Amino acid sequence: MDWAYIGQALPLYGKAAWLTLRTGAAGILLAAAVGLLGAAVLRRRVPVVRRIVSAYVEVSRNTPLLVQLFFIYYGLPKIGIRTDPEVCGIAGLAFLGGGYMTEAFRSGIEAVDRLQEESALSLGLTPGQAFVHVILPQAAAVSAPAFMANVIFLMKETSVFSAVSLMDLMFTAKDQIGLYYRTAESLLLLVGAYLLILLPLSLMGHTLERRLRHAGFGT
Amino acid sequence: MPDLGLEVLLKGKNFIRLLEGLWTALRISLVSALIGILAGILLGVLAGRKKSVFRGILGGWLAVIHIMPQMVLLFLMYFGTSRAFGWYLSGEMSAVIVFSLWGTAEMGDLVRGAVSSVPVIQRESAEALGLKPAQVYLLIILPQAVRRLIPQAINLITRMIKTTSLVTLIGVVEILKVAQQIIEANRRASPNAAFGVYLTIFVMYYLACRPLTLASKQLEKHWR
Repeated sequence: MDWAYIGQALPLYGKAAWLTLRTGAAGILLAAAVGLLGAAVLRRRVPVVRRIVSAYVEVSRNTPLLVQLFFIYYGLPKIGIRTDPEVCGIAGLAFLGGGYMTEAFRSGIEAVDRLQEESALSLGLTPGQAFVHVILPQAAAVSAPAFMANVIFLMKETSVFSAVSLMDLMFTAKDQIGLYYRTAESLLLLVGAYLLILLPLSLMGHTLERRLRHAGFGT
Repeated sequence: MPDLGLEVLLKGKNFIRLLEGLWTALRISLVSALIGILAGILLGVLAGRKKSVFRGILGGWLAVIHIMPQMVLLFLMYFGTSRAFGWYLSGEMSAVIVFSLWGTAEMGDLVRGAVSSVPVIQRESAEALGLKPAQVYLLIILPQAVRRLIPQAINLITRMIKTTSLVTLIGVVEILKVAQQIIEANRRASPNAAFGVYLTIFVMYYLACRPLTLASKQLEKHWR
């Protein structure tokens, strides 16, 4: 193990990890927004839009992110929709994650008794207020474990971003192996960087799940 | 109507080649799923017993698989083993090994979970009726655990099929690689081929995974 080389390569991996974190966080936030919107549409049974949302969920969950990215990055420019790699990565993650997040929020919202909504409405709250102040807080407790699982899953999925020429951790490791044959060092840095990103997320997920179990929400 | 670059699929053997590429991807996932499911059942049953060392092994193994992206594990297998042990594994072999290990751990966990989800009273009642331990397991526990297990196992296979798309990044010539070759070869004749070909692959993956997702959902509902 060549520690001098590791010290030298460290900034490269730091930059790549920052890219992974940045694009991952942006994609996950967008996915959560899409999911919230999707779940609200399914709950309110908006006529045609509901069908579209259901179809979207099935398509996004039944295709691999890599294929979605190839289509966005190489296919869409042919019909005039051009994106730079970073936007493409974030859009792909949001497309994939939106489907998973819709499912997570939908199951949480479904667990809230319809009576809660009816009571809120009869007290004079608007449907929007009832959704934000009455349904969401209760649904959040049920959805939280699935939400956290999705966050971790989506963060791991960013590892295919190198396919659309984003210089993420995988790209950097492959590049360094190709350039200097520092296989062991590169793999160590790669695993270390992913551990630094994913271990805290995973621990947060576990803590959250334990807390919620004690709180007795859900079931 | 803009040129969607779909005509390239009808040229020569292009569509057949894409299907062959899809089959390469599916073959990797199905072989891995088969190995993973069989080994996982064994591991899960062994880990299901109290105070078994297999429980610790399964736990550690799962932790690694839950934390590390599949792509990193593929890299470790593909690049790491040649450096550490001097093995020169092909991309396809590396993928089968990584996905089998993944499948074994997840399946093991599912089996352990399904077996422990059968209420204790079932086992106790069976024992009280005079059934032997093997009979209790085969006649009482397994049939109930299997109902829970099959939908989850189908989900695991679906996830494997989707994840197999990654193998193109360690040099396996599967559907995405074939697509790149076709697009490259027809650059002049159909400049918009990328749209049509990648859309086709998108649809193909959907058609491969959707029936499985549907079956899993139906079975879950049916057996609840």
